[in-house]
Amino acid sequence: MDDVEQAFREAYGQAVATLTRIFGDITLAEDAVQDAFVTALDRWPRDGVPDNPAGWIVTTSRNRAVDVVRRNRRGRELTEGIASDRLRTESSAEWESWEMMRDDQLRLVFTCCHPAIRVEHQVALTLRLIAALTPSEVASAFLMSDEAMAKRLVRAKYKIKAARIPYRVPDDAELPGRTRAVLSVLYLVYNAGADDARRGHLRAEAIRLTRLLTVLMPDEPEAVGLLALMLLNDARMPARGGDTDVVLLKDQDRSQWDRSLIAEGQALVLACLRRRQLGPFQLQAAIQALHCAAARYEDTDWAAIVRFYDRLIAVMPTAVVGLNRAVAVAETQGPGAALQLLDDVAGELSNYHLLHAARGAILQRLGRRTEAAEAYSRAAELARTGSTTQFLRKQSQSLERCDAAGG
Amino acid sequence: MSQYLLSVYEVEGNVAGAPSTPEEMQAFMGRVIALEEEMDRAGTFVFGGALHGPDAATVVAGGTGLDKVTTDGPFVEAKEHIGGFYVINAEDLDAALAWAEKVVEAINHDIEVRPFRATGRVRAGH
Repeated sequence: MDDVEQAFREAYGQAVATLTRIFGDITLAEDAVQDAFVTALDRWPRDGVPDNPAGWIVTTSRNRAVDVVRRNRRGRELTEGIASDRLRTESSAEWESWEMMRDDQLRLVFTCCHPAIRVEHQVALTLRLIAALTPSEVASAFLMSDEAMAKRLVRAKYKIKAARIPYRVPDDAELPGRTRAVLSVLYLVYNAGADDARRGHLRAEAIRLTRLLTVLMPDEPEAVGLLALMLLNDARMPARGGDTDVVLLKDQDRSQWDRSLIAEGQALVLACLRRRQLGPFQLQAAIQALHCAAARYEDTDWAAIVRFYDRLIAVMPTAVVGLNRAVAVAETQGPGAALQLLDDVAGELSNYHLLHAARGAILQRLGRRTEAAEAYSRAAELARTGSTTQFLRKQSQSLERCDAAGG
Repeated sequence: MSQYLLSVYEVEGNVAGAPSTPEEMQAFMGRVIALEEEMDRAGTFVFGGALHGPDAATVVAGGTGLDKVTTDGPFVEAKEHIGGFYVINAEDLDAALAWAEKVVEAINHDIEVRPFRATGRVRAGH
């Protein structure tokens, strides 16, 4: 990633959010920011990247947007009616202040995750406007064509503008419900970054925004739970094998885990446990805290993990939770019991590569090698990233080789 | 300030929750009148009310410069039809939705909220 691209990532979301606050129009903000980046592409390689790239982008795109709105009549009304006061009263130093941009982004998050917008559109908007993925990157995150995603984004932005979905943090009465929607969108963003090393910056972006939510809403334990869950996941990223390889939890070099992230995550989980309002994110974080607490894989407290899964499945009875619980049950009740639990969710998750990967591992432990090889091979076909596909294919092939060698 | 249409969709034959006794009807009317007064005081109420049934509807068809044809019936023969509506002023969608919740509470019926666009005498948005 070169300097300009790096600066783009960091500045795009901030600039769009700030311009949306000033001008009240997302599309105008996006266009002006794009124009500012075109100017940057021309100037920065020649003159060097400015000290504060995000501030430069905001200032340049703001000037650009002012030009645009002055040029058309409708826009002139808008500048005079709404934006001119703000344009006059705000010094450019204020626009470039980090805290203010951060608040702008939080407001935009709540706009993107408004319940009047359907969930798949909420996620697309958040990835595009907050995490600054290109439309084509958002499309591939959804396994959609660029054209279909472009239409989806246009429709979602039309809804915001036509219905006048407000650009602000909701009031106390609405906040809890609105927060749940935001948290699940942020978790989807985090996972998009965790599944693909090329989008690793999404993890930092999701953590940053979730941390911000915990500051804004200290009474929302699920925000704390989500932050802990992300930190405890992130702590183990260095040991996961990166771009080219996959290293399973049991094979990871635990000295590579980030101790300070684990300490922070575990402290947050303890605070949640003391508060006794455990929701889905806090329970998932508690499970990850137990994994992180084990010095060696053999030291893992599987019984406690299964107990937390029992509570999790009670409040969040989804097939994916069922799958994860089955994997934990394999460690307390053996692979036979786990296989039965996997069969219960197999129908619903037949196109999910991790179901077949888990089946492969369990069947292998039961000595059913041919079936295990088939399951791994199916998982490899369904996996979406190159390293995962390769890893699963290797598992499948090594089982086939053993079979051949054994006769 | 924007304007929003709050439409009450009725489903033919589905009268669950509708007032059926004179006492219920009186309570219903009391809630509606109180709500409309509240809307008035807040400067929100523009226009609205309950409609006669679709059997009372007449369609006028044609076009600019063409003969106009008058026929009986609702425009769309459907099970669902608009039983009533409000047009309200609201600062933004959240404000409109807050009024919509009060309407649902008063009339015990689901409603749809749609923004007006700027045409003719309506100035939507900003």
